[in-house]
Formats: sequence, C-alpha cells, structure tokens
Amino acid sequence: MATSANYFDQLRKTRVWRSIFRSGSGTSTLHRSLVIQQDVFLHLFPTKVRRRMMSFSVTWYLGTLTFGTFLILVTTGILLMLYYHPSVPQAYADNKDLQFVVSSGLFLRNLHRWSAHAMVFLVFAHMFKVFYRGAYRPPREFNWVIGIILLLITLLLSYTGYLLPWDQLAYWAITVGSNIASAVPVFGDKVHFLLLGGNLVNANALLRFYVLHCMILPLTAIFFIAIHFWRIRKDGGLYVHGSESGQSAAKEER
Amino acid sequence: MDEEKERQLDVKELDRRSFFVKLGLGSLSIATAGTAVFAYQFLSPNVLYEPSPIINAGKPESYPLDSVTLDVNSGIYIIHAREGFFSLSAVCTHLGCLTAWKPELGMIACPCHGSKFKTNGEKIEGPAPRPLPWYRVWLSDDGDLMVDRSATVRPQQFLRV
Repeated sequence: MATSANYFDQLRKTRVWRSIFRSGSGTSTLHRSLVIQQDVFLHLFPTKVRRRMMSFSVTWYLGTLTFGTFLILVTTGILLMLYYHPSVPQAYADNKDLQFVVSSGLFLRNLHRWSAHAMVFLVFAHMFKVFYRGAYRPPREFNWVIGIILLLITLLLSYTGYLLPWDQLAYWAITVGSNIASAVPVFGDKVHFLLLGGNLVNANALLRFYVLHCMILPLTAIFFIAIHFWRIRKDGGLYVHGSESGQSAAKEER
Repeated sequence: MDEEKERQLDVKELDRRSFFVKLGLGSLSIATAGTAVFAYQFLSPNVLYEPSPIINAGKPESYPLDSVTLDVNSGIYIIHAREGFFSLSAVCTHLGCLTAWKPELGMIACPCHGSKFKTNGEKIEGPAPRPLPWYRVWLSDDGDLMVDRSATVRPQQFLRV
C-alpha cells in the first residue's frame, strides 16, 4: 500500500500531471482549496463547506441522487441510441431487439426506464424537502425558479421518451398528450401541429420527439443543472435549518 | 435665439454613439423577428406524407341493415341505418382516442376517459365536449362507398343507396 501511495505521489510530481492539474500536491488548506477552485467542474461548488452541510439530515442527498439518476440516464441513453432507429415501424422492432437480441440490451433499457421513474420521484422529493425546510427563501429564491425549470425539463424528457418505444401505449399516450396541447387558447392547434410535425402521431412526430429527447432537452437540462449547482455556492451554500439567523448569512459574496 | 438653441439640443441628442446604438438595436430586432419567422416556417412541414383523408369503404352491400362497423385504420364508423348510410368519426372529441362500438350496450364508448355516444354521434356522457362529427359520404362511379374525413357535414344527412 505504501509503495502505491508513493507511486501516486511521484506521478503527481511529473511534468505532465502538473501541466494538467495546476493546483499541485499537498494537504494544506490552500492546496485543497485550489483543487476545487481550479477545476472546471468542481469550481461550480464552494471551496469550503461546513461539515453540517454535508450531513445526511440536511438534504437527504436528494439533489445529488437526482443528478446521479440523470448521469445514469445519459449513459444508458447514449448506449440505447446505438441500436435505435427513430423511424416507423423500425423503432418498435429495435425495442424488441434490445429486449431479446442485444447483449445487455434488456438490462440497459430497464436501467434507463427505472432511472427515469426514479428521477421524477427524486425531483419531487427534492422539491418537497426544499419546500418544507424553507430552503427556497431569499437569497435562494432564484435557485428555486431554476429548480422549477428543471422539473419541467424532467417531465418533458419523460413525455418525449414515452413515444420512442412506438407501441400502442406510446402511440395513444402521445395522441392524448398532444391533444391536451391543442387546448391552449388561440395557438393550441399550431402548437399541436409544430410538436407533431403534422396532424397525426406519425413518422415526423417520432423523429421530433427523438431529437427533443436525445439532444435538445438533455442539453438544456445540463445548462440549467450547471446554473443550479453554481447558485448553491453563490447563495451561501446548502441551507442548514436553524443556522441562518435573519437569513443574512449569504450576504457575503463567495 | 431660443429656437436655434433647441434645434442645437435636438441635434446633440442624436450624437454618433446613440445613432449607432439605435441602428444596432434596430437591426438586431429586425434580425430577431426574421429568425422567429424563419424558425416557425422551418418547423412547419410544407408537405405531409400522411394518409389520404378520402377512404374507399367498399360496397354498401357489405354493411347489413342496422349495423355499426368500425374501420380501425382510418378511424371511422360506417353505419347502415334505416334512413340510409352515414359515416361518423371514431376519434373521440375529448383527447383523440379511438372509440369502440359496444353492441351489447348499443352505444359508442371511448376506452380512455369513458365518454359515451349514441350511434348518431350525439354525446350521452363523459368528458367529450362535442358530439362525434358526421363525414361526407357518397358513392363512387364504381358503386363504392366513399368517405371524406376532411369534410364534416351536418348530422342527419343520410346516403340512400
């Protein structure tokens, strides 16, 4: 064990490593702060958090779990795309292939499906936790709004993904769902027509839902997730119940 | 004197910077409007490869008297009543599900949200806001029963063969 630790230390001192990770090695507070601050992903988060914020009872880790399901969905979704043609009637046959022919296809498809269910559940649980703890209050009110946008994106991802198996359930669910869009005053029929790319749930609708499900909505989600995480830092870290007197703890800019 | 001063002030208000700001914002908003129009036009398909609205329902003789026949693929009922033939849309006016003829109940019912209709399209109950529309029906030159799903007609217009 000691030798492998030494080996890692040696690796971190090499020129290549140092050219990638500028923060250098060391266990000082400065070094550990730099690791967070100088990383393009980690710099969204605060360099320092209070230990209390990391405890289970504060958040039940619901936001992190939601993000975890999102990562599973992106990974399994990209893999499923390798065997899926968004065309009529091939889409249905591809789903059957994924279930019965492709190695691990059934596992990946089920993982995608159950993660999607879990994500919707966790998003709501996350919202309820934030709501009942009062964590939406100033200065975090804007991050609550971002959260609402992410909720809508999550639901739209579920809805667009529902059509892709191209079975009876999918077809009628999207027929009903898109007809609900027609109920919008004045623009309803136009919205319906643009959403489906026609008057019927057909090849155009399948392709549009595919593009929305695999490109537009996930990219929008990633964009807002980044803002959502970054705002946690800007709003003074995670909300810890009872620790913020007068809700002014976050006034100091981080 | 005062008038000249005012005019000078007017000239000063539109100095080069504010002129270019206005010009820039103006062209940006024109470009934005153009992009919106472009996007809308691009997203609405100009040609649709959807099935024809006109259905050939075959010979009238194949529909016995007092029968209600659902054509699942085209979403229409061909009904042979005592007064003559007519065709109803089988698509529920609520949210677009395909309804079904229930001979044991003598009514048309929607499986999705429970709307019920009489065989003349009238609503019995359910969330459906409107009765099932009647479609235009005529006989082709070959004597086939034809239905135009894009043309609704007022109810009680029967085709006598």
